[in-house]
Amino acid sequence: MTAADAHRAILAVWRIEQPRLITSLARLLRDVPLAEDLTQETLLAALERWPSTGVPEKPGAWLMATAKHRALDHLRRGRMLERKHQLIAWDMEEEQQDMSDLDCSLDDDIGDELLRLIFTACHPRLSREARTALALRMICGLTTEEIARAFLQPEATISQRIVRAKRTLSESGLAYETPRGEELSERLSSVLEVVYLIFNEGYTAALGQDWLRPQLCNEALRMGRVLTSIASHEPEAHGLLALMELNASRAAARTDAAGEPILMLDQNRALWDQIQIRRGMQALGRARELGGAGGSYALQAAIIACHAEAGTAGDTDWPRIAGFYAELGAVVRSPIVELNRAVAVGMAEGPEAGLAIVDRLVREPALKTYHLLPSVRGDFLYRLGRYEEAGAAFEAAAALAGNQREHALLKRRAAEAADTASSSVRAPGAF
Amino acid sequence: MKFMFIVKSAHAMAPSPALLEAMHKLANREIKAGRMLDNGGLTPIAEGAQVRIIDGKLSVLDGPFVEAKEVIGGYAVFELHSKEEAVASAVEFMQLHKDFLPGWEGTCELRAFAAGGP
Repeated sequence: MTAADAHRAILAVWRIEQPRLITSLARLLRDVPLAEDLTQETLLAALERWPSTGVPEKPGAWLMATAKHRALDHLRRGRMLERKHQLIAWDMEEEQQDMSDLDCSLDDDIGDELLRLIFTACHPRLSREARTALALRMICGLTTEEIARAFLQPEATISQRIVRAKRTLSESGLAYETPRGEELSERLSSVLEVVYLIFNEGYTAALGQDWLRPQLCNEALRMGRVLTSIASHEPEAHGLLALMELNASRAAARTDAAGEPILMLDQNRALWDQIQIRRGMQALGRARELGGAGGSYALQAAIIACHAEAGTAGDTDWPRIAGFYAELGAVVRSPIVELNRAVAVGMAEGPEAGLAIVDRLVREPALKTYHLLPSVRGDFLYRLGRYEEAGAAFEAAAALAGNQREHALLKRRAAEAADTASSSVRAPGAF
Repeated sequence: MKFMFIVKSAHAMAPSPALLEAMHKLANREIKAGRMLDNGGLTPIAEGAQVRIIDGKLSVLDGPFVEAKEVIGGYAVFELHSKEEAVASAVEFMQLHKDFLPGWEGTCELRAFAAGGP
């Protein structure tokens, strides 16, 4: 076994135990960032010892004992309350007595503690970037190096981000707390936002990039499953899981052999993962049973579900999708949602109805530089036979498109509209 | 990466209550950690059936099957980072059998899904 193999094997064992280690230490120390530090130190201790001693027969018990010793050392150094001291010593003795019994490692119900951990890592006081890095580190057990690779950033940047985030938590007195009552739902949305950010980061990763980027989708799905199992009464947790499962179900159909993206309506639906779709529909069903049909994640999932359930692009239930977008627009009040609604209405009722919505959005400041607005507008105008205006709209869209591929596509559509405009003057009805 | 764990044994031996309890706890922990996607134990092979193609002929056979050696007793599907993690996880699972079902012998085979899996 090479040193790298041994390293990977140890990391693997540690990762299985990591959620239990960090939650146990957090409970002992009443400090999540500190628990995270000591959990990492425990990994380092294993990496130092196990290559020479071999992996112990009960690696989980070894890691837990080592982690708790470090916690105790820390408390001793910090001259913590004597009573707490005794409690921990007692706790450790008891643990040591049971240590021969692997079952003890399974007895802790880490659900509540894990939930606290997630809420702490995703505290709204932290920036989105910091929350994302902390969540991947503390909940998924990814190393700093892995997070850096997944986000295409230098390791030092991620490392600093994590250190600073943990300091912020400690200094703001947020190192160990669980939101309750009304605060809970606000805090939950911060958690769900982080999970969805991680999912989208992986989802937009191009084919052939470092495998860790697409892997982020799986990390997000995993966190989604954690949330639905430990906060099972929260409808939006199920809604988000549904949205992620339904989006991920198209993974195999989203790009062609050259890695070029394929639009959803042009995808080969035989490649959509029906089992994953079923899991997504189950999660959406659960969100609805819990009274969460109107939540923003559940509504987005419901829209994707309409696509997932359509056998062909032509079977898509556009009026239903338009209805969901209208509901979603009332919840999140976003002009981008309204633009999406315009597309759905255009499919359901025809380009005129869609254009009427888009024309109301033209003066929307938030969409001033958004290339999809003139692009959608151009599409409606083209379908209405207003080719010159369509050409101008596609030109405007091309000028705003930041992505080379999209720029080229819009230029092609502008040229096509201009061609049709001139040929339709010469020979009406030629098409 | 998704993995399927397949547990096989030549000894038909009912799991002890202690083993069942420990496996239940382990499964619970793994589900809460978001790692276990699915699992299940299977009824004895004698109660099953086999549909075979031999020499281009399709036939249906009911159990019991005399030639069966290692019989699949159960399976689980995991989402994990690496094969090393799958091995560590399977070692933990088999350790439970060693501790709570003395005398039992068997194999936990772990296989990564091709093309992402279910």
